[in-house]
Amino acid sequence: MKKIEAIIRKSKFDEVKDALHQVQVNFFSYWDVTGVGNEKEGHVYRGVTYSTSDIQRRYLSIVVSDSFLERTIDTILKTAYTGNVGDGKIFVSDISETYRIRTAEKGEGSLK
Amino acid sequence: MENSLFTANNIWMMICTGLVFIMHLGFSFLEIGLTRQKNTINILFKNMFIICAGLVLYALIGFGLMYPGEFNGVLGFGGLGLRLPENGLTAEYASGGYTYWTDFLFQGMFAATAATIVSGAVAERVKLESFILFTIIYVGLIYPIAGSWQWGGGFLSEMGFYDFAGSTLVHSVGGWAALIAVYLLGPRIGKFSESGKVGAIPGHNLPLATAGVLILWLGWFGFNGGSVLSADPAATSLVLVTTSLAAAAGGISGFLFAYIRYKKYDLTMFLNGILGGLVGITAGADQMGITDSLVIGLLAGVIVVLGVALIDKLKLDDPVGAIAVHLICGIFGTLAVGIFGAKAGWEQFVHQLVGVGLIGLFCCISAFIILFALKKTLGLRVSKEEEVEGLDLHEHGMTAYPDFRLD
Repeated sequence: MKKIEAIIRKSKFDEVKDALHQVQVNFFSYWDVTGVGNEKEGHVYRGVTYSTSDIQRRYLSIVVSDSFLERTIDTILKTAYTGNVGDGKIFVSDISETYRIRTAEKGEGSLK
Repeated sequence: MENSLFTANNIWMMICTGLVFIMHLGFSFLEIGLTRQKNTINILFKNMFIICAGLVLYALIGFGLMYPGEFNGVLGFGGLGLRLPENGLTAEYASGGYTYWTDFLFQGMFAATAATIVSGAVAERVKLESFILFTIIYVGLIYPIAGSWQWGGGFLSEMGFYDFAGSTLVHSVGGWAALIAVYLLGPRIGKFSESGKVGAIPGHNLPLATAGVLILWLGWFGFNGGSVLSADPAATSLVLVTTSLAAAAGGISGFLFAYIRYKKYDLTMFLNGILGGLVGITAGADQMGITDSLVIGLLAGVIVVLGVALIDKLKLDDPVGAIAVHLICGIFGTLAVGIFGAKAGWEQFVHQLVGVGLIGLFCCISAFIILFALKKTLGLRVSKEEEVEGLDLHEHGMTAYPDFRLD
Protein backbone atom coordinates (compact mmCIF):
# COMPACT_ATOMS: atom_id res chain seq x y z
CA MET A 1 0.00 0.00 0.00
CA LYS A 2 1.21 3.46 -0.77
CA LYS A 3 0.67 6.95 0.60
CA ILE A 4 0.39 9.72 -1.98
CA GLU A 5 0.88 13.22 -0.65
CA ALA A 6 -0.04 15.94 -3.10
CA ILE A 7 0.36 19.67 -2.65
CA ILE A 8 -1.96 21.36 -5.13
CA ARG A 9 -3.50 24.73 -5.86
CA LYS A 10 -6.62 25.40 -3.82
CA SER A 11 -8.37 26.56 -6.97
CA LYS A 12 -7.78 23.13 -8.52
CA PHE A 13 -9.04 21.15 -5.58
CA ASP A 14 -12.64 20.61 -6.70
CA GLU A 15 -11.46 19.38 -10.10
CA VAL A 16 -8.91 17.02 -8.58
CA LYS A 17 -11.41 15.68 -6.05
CA ASP A 18 -14.08 15.01 -8.66
CA ALA A 19 -11.54 13.31 -10.95
CA LEU A 20 -10.29 11.10 -8.10
CA HIS A 21 -13.87 10.04 -7.38
CA GLN A 22 -14.22 9.14 -11.05
CA VAL A 23 -11.38 6.60 -10.71
CA GLN A 24 -12.79 5.19 -7.48
CA VAL A 25 -10.38 6.93 -5.15
CA ASN A 26 -12.93 7.96 -2.56
CA PHE A 27 -11.09 8.33 0.73
CA PHE A 28 -8.48 10.89 1.59
CA SER A 29 -7.78 13.70 4.03
CA TYR A 30 -6.90 17.23 3.15
CA TRP A 31 -5.96 20.44 4.87
CA ASP A 32 -4.81 23.91 3.96
CA VAL A 33 -1.12 24.65 4.25
CA THR A 34 1.14 27.62 3.80
CA GLY A 35 4.45 27.01 2.15
CA VAL A 36 7.40 28.58 0.44
CA GLY A 37 8.44 27.80 -3.06
CA ASN A 38 9.26 29.29 -6.41
CA GLU A 39 5.98 31.10 -6.91
CA LYS A 40 5.53 34.54 -5.46
CA GLU A 41 2.22 36.30 -4.92
CA GLY A 42 2.25 40.03 -5.64
CA HIS A 43 0.62 42.07 -2.90
CA VAL A 44 0.14 45.81 -2.61
CA TYR A 45 -0.28 47.41 0.78
CA ARG A 46 -0.61 51.16 1.25
CA GLY A 47 1.57 51.96 -1.73
CA VAL A 48 4.15 49.30 -1.10
CA THR A 49 4.39 46.40 -3.51
CA TYR A 50 5.71 43.36 -1.76
CA SER A 51 5.83 39.82 -2.92
CA THR A 52 5.12 37.19 -0.41
CA SER A 53 6.63 33.80 -0.79
CA ASP A 54 4.15 32.45 1.73
CA ILE A 55 1.80 30.65 -0.60
CA GLN A 56 -1.50 28.97 0.26
CA ARG A 57 -1.92 25.44 -0.99
CA ARG A 58 -3.99 22.39 -0.22
CA TYR A 59 -2.34 19.20 1.04
CA LEU A 60 -3.94 15.88 0.18
CA SER A 61 -3.00 12.66 1.92
CA ILE A 62 -4.25 9.59 0.06
CA VAL A 63 -3.54 6.00 1.06
CA VAL A 64 -4.26 3.47 -1.72
CA SER A 65 -3.55 -0.13 -2.54
CA ASP A 66 -0.68 -0.71 -4.96
CA SER A 67 -3.00 -1.36 -7.90
CA PHE A 68 -4.49 2.10 -7.53
CA LEU A 69 -1.18 3.93 -7.40
CA GLU A 70 -0.72 4.69 -11.06
CA ARG A 71 -4.24 5.92 -11.77
CA THR A 72 -4.19 8.17 -8.71
CA ILE A 73 -0.95 9.83 -9.72
CA ASP A 74 -2.02 10.21 -13.34
CA THR A 75 -5.31 11.77 -12.28
CA ILE A 76 -3.62 14.32 -10.05
CA LEU A 77 -0.95 15.14 -12.60
CA LYS A 78 -3.63 15.81 -15.17
CA THR A 79 -6.21 17.75 -13.18
CA ALA A 80 -3.94 19.78 -10.90
CA TYR A 81 -1.94 21.04 -13.85
CA THR A 82 -2.08 24.65 -15.06
CA GLY A 83 1.35 25.04 -16.64
CA ASN A 84 2.27 27.95 -14.39
CA VAL A 85 5.03 27.93 -11.78
CA GLY A 86 3.49 26.74 -8.51
CA ASP A 87 1.41 23.77 -9.66
CA GLY A 88 2.71 21.70 -6.75
CA LYS A 89 4.29 18.35 -5.98
CA ILE A 90 3.42 14.69 -5.41
CA PHE A 91 5.28 12.46 -2.96
CA VAL A 92 4.90 8.69 -2.75
CA SER A 93 5.86 6.63 0.26
CA ASP A 94 5.29 3.10 1.51
CA ILE A 95 2.60 2.23 4.05
CA SER A 96 3.33 -0.90 6.08
CA GLU A 97 -0.17 -1.52 7.48
CA THR A 98 -3.70 -0.11 7.35
CA TYR A 99 -6.80 -0.81 9.51
CA ARG A 100 -10.47 0.04 9.38
CA ILE A 101 -11.42 1.16 12.86
CA ARG A 102 -15.10 0.14 12.69
CA THR A 103 -14.41 -3.51 11.84
CA ALA A 104 -10.74 -3.84 12.87
CA GLU A 105 -9.94 -5.44 9.51
CA LYS A 106 -6.51 -4.80 8.12
CA GLY A 107 -4.70 -4.80 4.84
CA GLU A 108 -5.92 -3.82 1.38
CA GLY A 109 -9.50 -4.74 2.31
CA SER A 110 -9.65 -1.84 4.74
CA LEU A 111 -9.01 0.59 1.89
CA LYS A 112 -12.07 -0.35 -0.16
CA MET B 1 -42.64 77.55 17.46
CA GLU B 2 -40.48 77.80 20.54
CA ASN B 3 -36.79 77.55 19.78
CA SER B 4 -36.34 74.82 22.36
CA LEU B 5 -38.90 72.64 20.58
CA PHE B 6 -37.28 73.27 17.20
CA THR B 7 -33.93 72.40 18.74
CA ALA B 8 -35.28 69.21 20.26
CA ASN B 9 -36.78 68.13 16.95
CA ASN B 10 -33.59 68.82 15.08
CA ILE B 11 -31.49 66.99 17.66
CA TRP B 12 -33.61 63.87 17.29
CA MET B 13 -33.34 64.08 13.49
CA MET B 14 -29.58 64.41 13.70
CA ILE B 15 -29.36 61.41 16.02
CA CYS B 16 -31.45 59.46 13.54
CA THR B 17 -29.10 60.56 10.76
CA GLY B 18 -26.24 58.99 12.68
CA LEU B 19 -28.23 55.82 13.32
CA VAL B 20 -29.05 55.37 9.64
CA PHE B 21 -25.40 56.02 8.84
CA ILE B 22 -24.25 53.19 11.08
CA MET B 23 -26.51 50.81 9.14
CA HIS B 24 -23.76 50.70 6.56
CA LEU B 25 -21.61 49.05 9.18
CA GLY B 26 -24.39 46.56 9.72
CA PHE B 27 -24.71 45.83 6.01
CA SER B 28 -20.94 45.41 5.69
CA PHE B 29 -20.78 42.93 8.55
CA LEU B 30 -23.79 41.00 7.33
CA GLU B 31 -22.46 40.67 3.80
CA ILE B 32 -18.99 39.70 4.96
CA GLY B 33 -20.34 37.16 7.38
CA LEU B 34 -22.46 35.40 4.78
CA THR B 35 -19.78 35.20 2.08
CA ARG B 36 -16.34 33.67 1.83
CA GLN B 37 -13.21 35.08 3.38
CA LYS B 38 -11.45 35.41 0.04
CA ASN B 39 -13.83 38.20 -0.99
CA THR B 40 -14.01 40.14 2.26
CA ILE B 41 -11.93 43.12 1.17
CA ASN B 42 -13.95 43.43 -2.00
CA ILE B 43 -17.19 43.63 -0.06
CA LEU B 44 -15.79 46.19 2.37
CA PHE B 45 -14.51 48.22 -0.54
CA LYS B 46 -17.88 48.21 -2.28
CA ASN B 47 -19.63 49.27 0.91
CA MET B 48 -17.16 52.07 1.57
CA PHE B 49 -17.64 53.31 -1.96
CA ILE B 50 -21.40 53.28 -1.65
CA ILE B 51 -21.36 55.41 1.50
CA CYS B 52 -18.97 57.96 0.09
CA ALA B 53 -20.21 58.16 -3.48
CA GLY B 54 -23.82 58.05 -2.34
CA LEU B 55 -23.43 61.04 -0.08
CA VAL B 56 -21.48 63.10 -2.60
CA LEU B 57 -23.91 62.30 -5.42
CA TYR B 58 -26.84 63.17 -3.20
CA ALA B 59 -25.23 66.52 -2.44
CA LEU B 60 -24.53 67.21 -6.10
CA ILE B 61 -27.74 66.05 -7.78
CA GLY B 62 -29.71 63.58 -5.67
CA PHE B 63 -31.27 65.97 -3.20
CA GLY B 64 -32.28 68.34 -5.98
CA LEU B 65 -33.84 65.49 -7.98
CA MET B 66 -35.71 64.02 -5.04
CA TYR B 67 -37.12 67.30 -3.69
CA PRO B 68 -37.47 69.54 -6.72
CA GLY B 69 -40.05 71.80 -5.11
CA GLU B 70 -42.80 72.62 -7.58
CA PHE B 71 -42.66 70.18 -10.47
CA ASN B 72 -44.78 68.18 -12.90
CA GLY B 73 -44.90 65.25 -10.51
CA VAL B 74 -42.75 62.94 -12.62
CA LEU B 75 -39.41 64.60 -13.23
CA GLY B 76 -38.07 67.80 -11.79
CA PHE B 77 -34.78 69.24 -10.70
CA GLY B 78 -34.32 71.66 -7.83
CA GLY B 79 -30.85 72.62 -8.96
CA LEU B 80 -27.28 71.43 -8.72
CA GLY B 81 -25.61 71.25 -5.35
CA LEU B 82 -26.84 72.40 -1.99
CA ARG B 83 -28.12 75.92 -1.48
CA LEU B 84 -29.46 76.97 1.89
CA PRO B 85 -32.89 78.53 1.39
CA GLU B 86 -33.74 81.72 3.24
CA ASN B 87 -35.69 80.01 5.96
CA GLY B 88 -33.50 76.90 5.94
CA LEU B 89 -32.25 77.31 9.48
CA THR B 90 -35.57 78.30 11.02
CA ALA B 91 -38.66 76.53 12.21
CA GLU B 92 -40.34 77.72 9.03
CA TYR B 93 -38.35 75.36 6.85
CA ALA B 94 -39.99 72.03 7.68
CA SER B 95 -42.72 72.85 10.19
CA GLY B 96 -40.03 73.12 12.82
CA GLY B 97 -38.92 69.51 12.40
CA TYR B 98 -35.36 70.11 11.24
CA THR B 99 -33.08 72.45 9.34
CA TYR B 100 -32.22 72.31 5.65
CA TRP B 101 -28.85 70.75 6.43
CA THR B 102 -30.38 68.05 8.59
CA ASP B 103 -32.92 67.41 5.85
CA PHE B 104 -30.19 66.86 3.28
CA LEU B 105 -28.01 64.67 5.48
CA PHE B 106 -30.81 62.52 6.85
CA GLN B 107 -32.17 61.83 3.37
CA GLY B 108 -28.65 61.40 2.03
CA MET B 109 -28.05 58.54 4.43
CA PHE B 110 -31.07 56.75 2.98
CA ALA B 111 -29.89 57.12 -0.60
CA ALA B 112 -26.86 54.88 -0.36
CA THR B 113 -28.83 52.04 1.23
CA ALA B 114 -30.50 51.31 -2.13
CA ALA B 115 -27.15 50.41 -3.73
CA THR B 116 -25.95 48.58 -0.66
CA ILE B 117 -28.85 46.16 -1.04
CA VAL B 118 -27.56 45.31 -4.51
CA SER B 119 -23.98 44.86 -3.29
CA GLY B 120 -24.99 41.87 -1.19
CA ALA B 121 -26.80 40.15 -4.01
CA VAL B 122 -23.93 40.50 -6.49
CA ALA B 123 -21.21 39.61 -4.01
CA GLU B 124 -18.29 37.35 -4.84
CA ARG B 125 -18.48 37.64 -8.63
CA VAL B 126 -19.31 41.15 -9.78
CA LYS B 127 -16.64 43.26 -11.42
CA LEU B 128 -15.76 46.19 -9.16
CA GLU B 129 -15.66 48.81 -11.94
CA SER B 130 -19.04 47.77 -13.25
CA PHE B 131 -20.53 47.89 -9.79
CA ILE B 132 -19.09 51.34 -9.19
CA LEU B 133 -20.56 52.67 -12.43
CA PHE B 134 -23.91 51.05 -11.71
CA THR B 135 -23.97 52.59 -8.23
CA ILE B 136 -23.22 56.07 -9.54
CA ILE B 137 -26.09 55.98 -12.02
CA TYR B 138 -28.58 54.13 -9.84
CA VAL B 139 -28.02 56.08 -6.62
CA GLY B 140 -27.35 59.31 -8.48
CA LEU B 141 -30.43 59.28 -10.67
CA ILE B 142 -32.84 56.38 -10.28
CA TYR B 143 -33.24 56.41 -6.50
CA PRO B 144 -33.95 60.15 -6.18
CA ILE B 145 -36.34 60.20 -9.15
CA ALA B 146 -38.32 57.33 -7.65
CA GLY B 147 -38.24 59.09 -4.30
CA SER B 148 -39.50 62.33 -5.79
CA TRP B 149 -42.69 60.60 -6.94
CA GLN B 150 -43.70 60.14 -3.31
CA TRP B 151 -41.65 62.01 -0.74
CA GLY B 152 -40.84 64.83 -3.13
CA GLY B 153 -44.52 65.49 -3.60
CA GLY B 154 -44.89 63.77 -6.94
CA PHE B 155 -47.75 61.92 -8.57
CA LEU B 156 -47.67 58.89 -6.26
CA SER B 157 -48.23 60.97 -3.17
CA GLU B 158 -51.01 62.86 -4.93
CA MET B 159 -52.62 59.56 -5.83
CA GLY B 160 -52.67 58.50 -2.19
CA PHE B 161 -49.82 56.00 -2.10
CA TYR B 162 -48.25 55.68 1.36
CA ASP B 163 -44.73 54.67 2.26
CA PHE B 164 -43.76 55.89 5.70
CA ALA B 165 -40.05 55.16 5.71
CA GLY B 166 -39.34 53.38 2.45
CA SER B 167 -40.43 49.75 2.15
CA THR B 168 -40.90 50.58 -1.51
CA LEU B 169 -38.87 53.73 -2.06
CA VAL B 170 -35.70 52.34 -0.49
CA HIS B 171 -35.96 48.60 -0.01
CA SER B 172 -37.74 47.52 -3.13
CA VAL B 173 -35.86 50.11 -5.23
CA GLY B 174 -32.74 48.26 -4.15
CA GLY B 175 -34.47 44.90 -4.32
CA TRP B 176 -35.61 45.21 -7.94
CA ALA B 177 -32.09 46.17 -9.00
CA ALA B 178 -30.74 43.24 -7.02
CA LEU B 179 -33.09 40.91 -8.85
CA ILE B 180 -32.12 42.21 -12.29
CA ALA B 181 -28.44 42.17 -11.36
CA VAL B 182 -28.54 38.61 -10.09
CA TYR B 183 -30.33 37.54 -13.26
CA LEU B 184 -27.84 39.22 -15.60
CA LEU B 185 -24.81 38.31 -13.54
CA GLY B 186 -25.40 34.62 -13.18
CA PRO B 187 -24.69 32.43 -10.17
CA ARG B 188 -21.38 31.93 -8.44
CA ILE B 189 -19.32 29.01 -9.67
CA GLY B 190 -20.37 25.99 -7.69
CA LYS B 191 -23.74 27.30 -6.50
CA PHE B 192 -25.78 25.29 -8.98
CA SER B 193 -24.50 22.04 -10.41
CA GLU B 194 -25.04 21.06 -14.03
CA SER B 195 -27.78 18.68 -12.99
CA GLY B 196 -29.57 21.63 -11.42
CA LYS B 197 -28.89 20.70 -7.82
CA VAL B 198 -28.61 23.65 -5.45
CA GLY B 199 -25.34 23.83 -3.57
CA ALA B 200 -24.57 25.66 -0.35
CA ILE B 201 -21.73 28.14 -0.08
CA PRO B 202 -21.58 28.78 3.67
CA GLY B 203 -20.59 32.17 5.01
CA HIS B 204 -17.29 32.39 6.79
CA ASN B 205 -18.17 34.49 9.81
CA LEU B 206 -21.58 34.09 11.35
CA PRO B 207 -20.70 36.10 14.47
CA LEU B 208 -20.04 39.05 12.19
CA ALA B 209 -23.28 38.45 10.32
CA THR B 210 -25.19 38.43 13.61
CA ALA B 211 -23.45 41.62 14.74
CA GLY B 212 -24.46 43.11 11.43
CA VAL B 213 -28.14 42.36 11.91
CA LEU B 214 -28.16 43.76 15.44
CA ILE B 215 -26.49 46.93 14.19
CA LEU B 216 -29.06 47.17 11.40
CA TRP B 217 -31.89 46.78 13.93
CA LEU B 218 -30.36 49.58 15.98
CA GLY B 219 -30.05 51.68 12.85
CA TRP B 220 -33.73 51.14 12.14
CA PHE B 221 -34.53 53.12 15.30
CA GLY B 222 -33.28 56.06 13.28
CA PHE B 223 -34.55 54.85 9.90
CA ASN B 224 -38.15 54.67 11.09
CA GLY B 225 -37.86 56.94 14.11
CA GLY B 226 -36.52 59.75 11.97
CA SER B 227 -39.11 59.28 9.25
CA VAL B 228 -41.56 60.94 11.67
CA LEU B 229 -39.63 64.06 10.60
CA SER B 230 -39.76 65.53 14.07
CA ALA B 231 -39.29 64.42 17.67
CA ASP B 232 -43.02 64.29 18.27
CA PRO B 233 -43.26 62.05 21.35
CA ALA B 234 -46.48 60.33 20.36
CA ALA B 235 -45.41 59.37 16.85
CA THR B 236 -41.77 58.56 17.50
CA SER B 237 -42.41 56.43 20.57
CA LEU B 238 -45.09 54.45 18.73
CA VAL B 239 -42.89 53.97 15.66
CA LEU B 240 -39.99 52.61 17.70
CA VAL B 241 -42.33 50.09 19.30
CA THR B 242 -43.94 48.90 16.06
CA THR B 243 -40.51 48.64 14.44
CA SER B 244 -38.95 46.55 17.18
CA LEU B 245 -41.98 44.32 17.65
CA ALA B 246 -42.08 43.54 13.95
CA ALA B 247 -38.36 42.74 14.02
CA ALA B 248 -38.75 40.43 16.99
CA ALA B 249 -41.79 38.68 15.55
CA GLY B 250 -40.04 38.31 12.22
CA GLY B 251 -37.05 36.64 13.81
CA ILE B 252 -39.16 34.20 15.75
CA SER B 253 -41.38 33.21 12.88
CA GLY B 254 -38.34 33.05 10.60
CA PHE B 255 -36.50 30.50 12.68
CA LEU B 256 -39.62 28.52 13.59
CA PHE B 257 -40.80 28.27 10.01
CA ALA B 258 -37.30 27.33 8.88
CA TYR B 259 -37.26 24.63 11.55
CA ILE B 260 -40.59 23.26 10.35
CA ARG B 261 -39.26 23.12 6.79
CA TYR B 262 -35.66 22.10 7.31
CA LYS B 263 -35.63 20.42 10.71
CA LYS B 264 -32.74 22.56 11.87
CA TYR B 265 -32.53 25.81 13.81
CA ASP B 266 -30.91 27.96 11.15
CA LEU B 267 -29.29 31.13 12.51
CA THR B 268 -29.22 32.80 9.12
CA MET B 269 -32.97 32.37 8.74
CA PHE B 270 -33.42 33.88 12.19
CA LEU B 271 -31.35 36.86 11.06
CA ASN B 272 -33.11 37.20 7.71
CA GLY B 273 -36.45 36.94 9.51
CA ILE B 274 -35.56 39.88 11.74
CA LEU B 275 -34.63 41.94 8.69
CA GLY B 276 -37.77 40.85 6.88
CA GLY B 277 -39.86 42.04 9.80
CA LEU B 278 -38.04 45.37 9.81
CA VAL B 279 -38.52 45.88 6.09
CA GLY B 280 -42.13 44.76 6.36
CA ILE B 281 -43.07 47.33 9.01
CA THR B 282 -41.20 50.17 7.34
CA ALA B 283 -43.99 51.27 5.02
CA GLY B 284 -46.53 51.70 7.79
CA ALA B 285 -44.67 51.88 11.11
CA ASP B 286 -46.68 54.91 12.15
CA GLN B 287 -50.01 53.41 11.11
CA MET B 288 -49.83 50.08 12.87
CA GLY B 289 -50.93 49.01 16.31
CA ILE B 290 -49.33 46.39 18.51
CA THR B 291 -51.15 43.41 17.07
CA ASP B 292 -50.65 44.68 13.52
CA SER B 293 -46.89 44.94 14.07
CA LEU B 294 -46.61 41.46 15.50
CA VAL B 295 -48.68 39.96 12.69
CA ILE B 296 -46.70 41.80 10.02
CA GLY B 297 -43.49 40.55 11.59
CA LEU B 298 -44.75 36.98 11.82
CA LEU B 299 -45.84 36.99 8.20
CA ALA B 300 -42.60 38.60 7.05
CA GLY B 301 -40.54 35.87 8.70
CA VAL B 302 -42.44 33.18 6.83
CA ILE B 303 -42.21 35.15 3.59
CA VAL B 304 -38.45 35.47 3.94
CA VAL B 305 -37.93 31.72 4.34
CA LEU B 306 -40.19 30.99 1.38
CA GLY B 307 -38.58 33.79 -0.60
CA VAL B 308 -35.07 32.44 -0.17
CA ALA B 309 -36.25 29.01 -1.30
CA LEU B 310 -38.01 30.53 -4.29
CA ILE B 311 -34.94 32.44 -5.43
CA ASP B 312 -32.92 29.23 -5.25
CA LYS B 313 -35.60 27.41 -7.19
CA LEU B 314 -35.46 30.04 -9.93
CA LYS B 315 -31.75 29.28 -10.25
CA LEU B 316 -30.83 32.76 -9.06
CA ASP B 317 -27.88 33.08 -6.71
CA ASP B 318 -28.38 35.61 -3.92
CA PRO B 319 -25.67 35.05 -1.31
CA VAL B 320 -27.27 37.14 1.44
CA GLY B 321 -30.99 36.81 0.73
CA ALA B 322 -31.26 40.45 -0.29
CA ILE B 323 -34.07 39.81 -2.77
CA ALA B 324 -36.18 37.90 -0.26
CA VAL B 325 -35.65 40.44 2.51
CA HIS B 326 -35.74 43.72 0.63
CA LEU B 327 -37.78 43.12 -2.49
CA ILE B 328 -40.35 40.55 -1.44
CA CYS B 329 -40.79 41.86 2.11
CA GLY B 330 -40.62 45.40 0.78
CA ILE B 331 -43.61 44.68 -1.46
CA PHE B 332 -45.36 42.89 1.39
CA GLY B 333 -44.73 45.77 3.79
CA THR B 334 -46.08 48.25 1.28
CA LEU B 335 -49.24 46.24 0.64
CA ALA B 336 -49.63 45.71 4.39
CA VAL B 337 -50.51 49.40 4.74
CA GLY B 338 -53.73 48.59 2.91
CA ILE B 339 -54.40 45.46 4.94
CA PHE B 340 -53.52 46.40 8.53
CA GLY B 341 -53.52 49.48 10.66
CA ALA B 342 -55.15 52.87 10.44
CA LYS B 343 -55.16 53.09 6.65
CA ALA B 344 -56.43 49.60 5.98
CA GLY B 345 -58.99 49.44 3.24
CA TRP B 346 -59.57 48.33 -0.29
CA GLU B 347 -58.93 51.79 -1.77
CA GLN B 348 -55.60 52.16 0.02
CA PHE B 349 -54.63 48.63 -0.98
CA VAL B 350 -55.15 49.51 -4.61
CA HIS B 351 -53.07 52.67 -4.20
CA GLN B 352 -50.30 50.56 -2.68
CA LEU B 353 -50.50 48.03 -5.48
CA VAL B 354 -50.26 50.73 -8.14
CA GLY B 355 -47.27 52.30 -6.39
CA VAL B 356 -45.49 48.98 -6.08
CA GLY B 357 -46.15 48.24 -9.73
CA LEU B 358 -45.03 51.58 -11.12
CA ILE B 359 -41.88 51.76 -9.00
CA GLY B 360 -41.20 48.16 -9.95
CA LEU B 361 -41.53 48.93 -13.62
CA PHE B 362 -39.32 52.00 -13.37
CA CYS B 363 -36.61 50.26 -11.37
CA CYS B 364 -36.56 47.06 -13.38
CA ILE B 365 -36.35 48.87 -16.71
CA SER B 366 -33.68 51.33 -15.60
CA ALA B 367 -31.63 48.70 -13.77
CA PHE B 368 -31.85 46.42 -16.78
CA ILE B 369 -30.69 49.14 -19.17
CA ILE B 370 -27.74 50.13 -16.98
CA LEU B 371 -26.64 46.59 -16.18
CA PHE B 372 -27.18 45.23 -19.68
CA ALA B 373 -25.11 48.09 -21.12
CA LEU B 374 -22.38 47.36 -18.59
CA LYS B 375 -22.56 43.65 -19.37
CA LYS B 376 -22.04 44.31 -23.06
CA THR B 377 -19.21 46.80 -22.61
CA LEU B 378 -17.13 46.31 -19.47
CA GLY B 379 -18.60 42.97 -18.54
CA LEU B 380 -20.34 42.32 -15.25
CA ARG B 381 -18.33 39.38 -13.94
CA VAL B 382 -14.75 38.76 -12.99
CA SER B 383 -12.92 35.97 -14.81
CA LYS B 384 -13.32 32.39 -13.68
CA GLU B 385 -9.80 32.31 -12.27
CA GLU B 386 -10.38 35.47 -10.26
CA GLU B 387 -13.63 34.17 -8.89
CA VAL B 388 -12.14 30.86 -7.79
CA GLU B 389 -9.04 32.38 -6.23
CA GLY B 390 -10.91 35.25 -4.65
CA LEU B 391 -11.50 38.87 -5.58
CA ASP B 392 -9.33 40.16 -2.73
CA LEU B 393 -6.11 38.91 -4.23
CA HIS B 394 -6.87 39.92 -7.79
CA GLU B 395 -8.79 43.19 -7.56
CA HIS B 396 -7.19 44.44 -4.36
CA GLY B 397 -3.79 42.76 -4.08
CA MET B 398 -4.31 42.01 -0.41
CA THR B 399 -6.07 39.57 1.83
CA ALA B 400 -8.38 40.41 4.69
CA TYR B 401 -6.71 38.12 7.20
CA PRO B 402 -3.06 37.85 6.18
CA ASP B 403 -2.01 36.01 9.30
CA PHE B 404 -4.66 33.37 9.54
CA ARG B 405 -7.38 31.66 7.57
CA LEU B 406 -11.00 31.38 8.54
CA ASP B 407 -12.10 29.06 5.78
